Amino acid sequence: MATRILTLIAFLFAVAFAPLPALAQDDLAAEINALGPGSFADRTKAIDVLVATGDERVPPVLQALSDGNLYIRRSDGKVVIATKAAVGLQLTDPVDGADLGALPASELEKIKTNNGLRGRIRTAIGKLTLLSPDQPVRLAAAQSVLKNADPAMLELLDQAIAAETDPGIKSTMELARSVIVLKTDASVDDKRAAIDLVVAQNNRAAQTVLRNTLDTAPDELKPTIAAGIDSIGRTLAVWDVGQNLLYGISLSSVLLLAAIGLAITFGVMGVINMAHGEMVMLGAYTTYVTQLVIQSVAPGLMEYSLAFAVPAAFLITALIGIGIERGIIRWLYGRPLETLLATWGLSLVLQQLVRTIFGPTNKLVQPPTWMSGTFELWNLSFTWNRLWIIVFAIAVFIALQIILNRTPLGLQMRAVTQNRRMASAMGIRTPFVDAMTFGLGSGIAGMAGVALSQIDNVSPNLGQGYIIDSFMVVVFGGVGNLWGTLIGALSLGVANKFLEPYAGAVLAKIAILILIILFIQRRPRGLFALKGRAVES
Amino acid sequence: MLTQLLFRALDKKAIWLVFALVFIAIAIPVANLAIPEGNPLHLPNYMVPLLGKYLNYALLALALDLVWGYCGILSLGHAAFFALGAYAMGMYLMRQIGARGVYANPVLPDFMVFLNYKDLPWFWNGFDLWWFAFLMVLFVPGLLAFAFGWFAFRSRVTGVYLSIITQAMTYALLLAFFRNDLGLGGNNGLTDFKDILGFNVQAATTRAGLFAASALALALAVIICSAIVNSKLGKVMVAVRDAESRTRFLGWRPENVKLFAFVVSAVLAGIAGALYTPQVGIINPGEFDPANSIEAVIWVAVGGRGTLIGPIIGAVLVNAGKSIFTGAFPDFWLYCLGGLFIFVTLFMPKGIVGLFQKLRPRKGKEASSAAEAGEDPSTLPQSKPVPEPAE
Repeated sequence: MATRILTLIAFLFAVAFAPLPALAQDDLAAEINALGPGSFADRTKAIDVLVATGDERVPPVLQALSDGNLYIRRSDGKVVIATKAAVGLQLTDPVDGADLGALPASELEKIKTNNGLRGRIRTAIGKLTLLSPDQPVRLAAAQSVLKNADPAMLELLDQAIAAETDPGIKSTMELARSVIVLKTDASVDDKRAAIDLVVAQNNRAAQTVLRNTLDTAPDELKPTIAAGIDSIGRTLAVWDVGQNLLYGISLSSVLLLAAIGLAITFGVMGVINMAHGEMVMLGAYTTYVTQLVIQSVAPGLMEYSLAFAVPAAFLITALIGIGIERGIIRWLYGRPLETLLATWGLSLVLQQLVRTIFGPTNKLVQPPTWMSGTFELWNLSFTWNRLWIIVFAIAVFIALQIILNRTPLGLQMRAVTQNRRMASAMGIRTPFVDAMTFGLGSGIAGMAGVALSQIDNVSPNLGQGYIIDSFMVVVFGGVGNLWGTLIGALSLGVANKFLEPYAGAVLAKIAILILIILFIQRRPRGLFALKGRAVES
Repeated sequence: MLTQLLFRALDKKAIWLVFALVFIAIAIPVANLAIPEGNPLHLPNYMVPLLGKYLNYALLALALDLVWGYCGILSLGHAAFFALGAYAMGMYLMRQIGARGVYANPVLPDFMVFLNYKDLPWFWNGFDLWWFAFLMVLFVPGLLAFAFGWFAFRSRVTGVYLSIITQAMTYALLLAFFRNDLGLGGNNGLTDFKDILGFNVQAATTRAGLFAASALALALAVIICSAIVNSKLGKVMVAVRDAESRTRFLGWRPENVKLFAFVVSAVLAGIAGALYTPQVGIINPGEFDPANSIEAVIWVAVGGRGTLIGPIIGAVLVNAGKSIFTGAFPDFWLYCLGGLFIFVTLFMPKGIVGLFQKLRPRKGKEASSAAEAGEDPSTLPQSKPVPEPAE
């Protein structure tokens, strides 16, 4: 009686403070509390009442009851969900999931269930979730039914299939139904129809279902199932090519980003910049620092931190690049091998500098929500961040083409690439063009670093992993032509991903390296070499 | 004929260098073994393999100098030849362990038992014979260099392109040797050696012997390199370095000259690696790291390329500096090494040897200095006066 009064008082309070939602909440709380006292028959009635509400918060409570995690608090008779904690049991409110603190087990009374009740609960949860108006809830329920394949769900599943409007969820439900039919002792014809239904779905999930049922199926059905697996396998092989292509393009976009800055400095200036990888690394660290600053100044902008990081990385690495060109590289023009050594030394210094400032461990760069997760298109699955990197790489490529072909600086750069002395004679300040070119190449490397920070570890060694690959792309594609770099990146990336399933990742990489070495023998100046008359450059 | 060649080949400097190396080959073991502890001239045991390692690096640097300093080929893949020689020696040492390994298998090395090998892979056959293993030390790096150089030089891959594909070569080997199923120990490499030619690898006397062998091998390499660079072939090499096209137009075959230098250099690097393995006691795929090759290049640059003594001085100095710095200020070493790369290329293009030559008053015989002032930017400083050829 006292608990009733307390509930009533609480109810009145709640009404007083938060009129409408609170009303629904306390109705639910009262109905959940009704699960506690009385016999199994009372409990059955209480479950039916709860199911009748159709509330989305009911299934977890019923699940807890079924799992034996639902308790009555002895002090006030409130029904709570309890899980094992370090000391006693950790309580949560079944309605709003609020933390109610821990209590020793003696303060709680477990709500008992039996098998009949559990079966009822299962159906009830199925009904609530499979027929829920919420799409994700229905999908999760359908997947759970598919996993458990409980024959008791068959009737409910039929209802749900009839009512389902979303094709994806419907196909999962039909798959689940077929699995259940195959499990029961239905007639062979029914089972054959179920198999046909599964085969018609023609995707990886359907193939897995068929594989799992192959062993337990009656003998006369085995050929049908095997044929189904094969036919789905053929379709999947085609999709696998598509998937590999997609992965290959994704790898290509990363290679393109890492190599394109190198292609500019190497193409225009003939300078081998071994510190290029470190520019990428600095770009990634700029992303990290940008996020730190945004976190402390304007946390609301975290979602758009990359929009700030891209120009910041470009500016910082471009300035460093100009500094390197003015400080070191311009003294070494005409001595490409020495430039290679000096920039290698520089890369060691930059790595150690970053290690000293930020420490040797990986830094966490937070991906914005619009870049995380995966999506599926037909039978292809792909992550959002990879897709955005492809988009970003294309954007950078187009921007560079515009700079090189439509701006005065680009015109001067091309002139210097083609004939340095003649360009100089025509009044182009070649030292200025060199500095700008090197800045541009480094800045692009920095932007690549922003992209790579999303898919790779931000550590002082980040650049090392890309430098040899980017050289391969540039050398393969040929110097002084961005299209060559694009084709080079595409062919290396796609070839790598197509070799991987047969040879493994490491052997694929070795094979690509050997192929490039052989290719260079045939065309020492790459795919798209600039035509020139010089005997040797 | 050979003696005649040697006499003509060895100018005064090379003779002094060879004598100095022979002296070290005797003096260091004596200082370690014969002079009692407590005497200020005594050399502690740990120093012997360390100094031996420096001499092996010096041999690697000399090999690199032969192709870079004299022939203009900047190889960023010499660590691969070094490591291949080291692996050949490591395979011999592994076979010598026999049944004394942890798993006590009389034929299979421990790592193969661990990885469930049933039989010895075919390429391990013969490595229980010392002469076969020593032959492989010369043959494997030489063969790789020949195959690689044959294709690369014939298709006229030069300059930075060549540097990059040599780097790709050693990178590919690095990846390959990291694999367990290659049958060469995967990323743990080969280690736990017991005997070499019947002597215990750990014993002080063996170590002293290995040191002497390293010093004598270096002396021999100096003689060989000196013979090559002072011969007519050596002059053609320098010509290829300074103006490849002109040399070709004069009727020489630069690709053959380069191939010769590249193969000899690879064999020398392989010998250096073979002596390195028993002194260090382990060989793993890390030796193939492209960074190691580039580090070897800086030893040559610091000492002074295009000279025979330069790379030896550079290798010993930089590695001694590395030993001291990584012990005292571990964080500081990479700044030093990186700074060294930049400083040497910017301010000391001729290295330490060039610095001394600048300080010394001119003796009037530096005819080659005229070439330095030439307008061709690819002209490399040639600091060593070349005697007139016989013809």
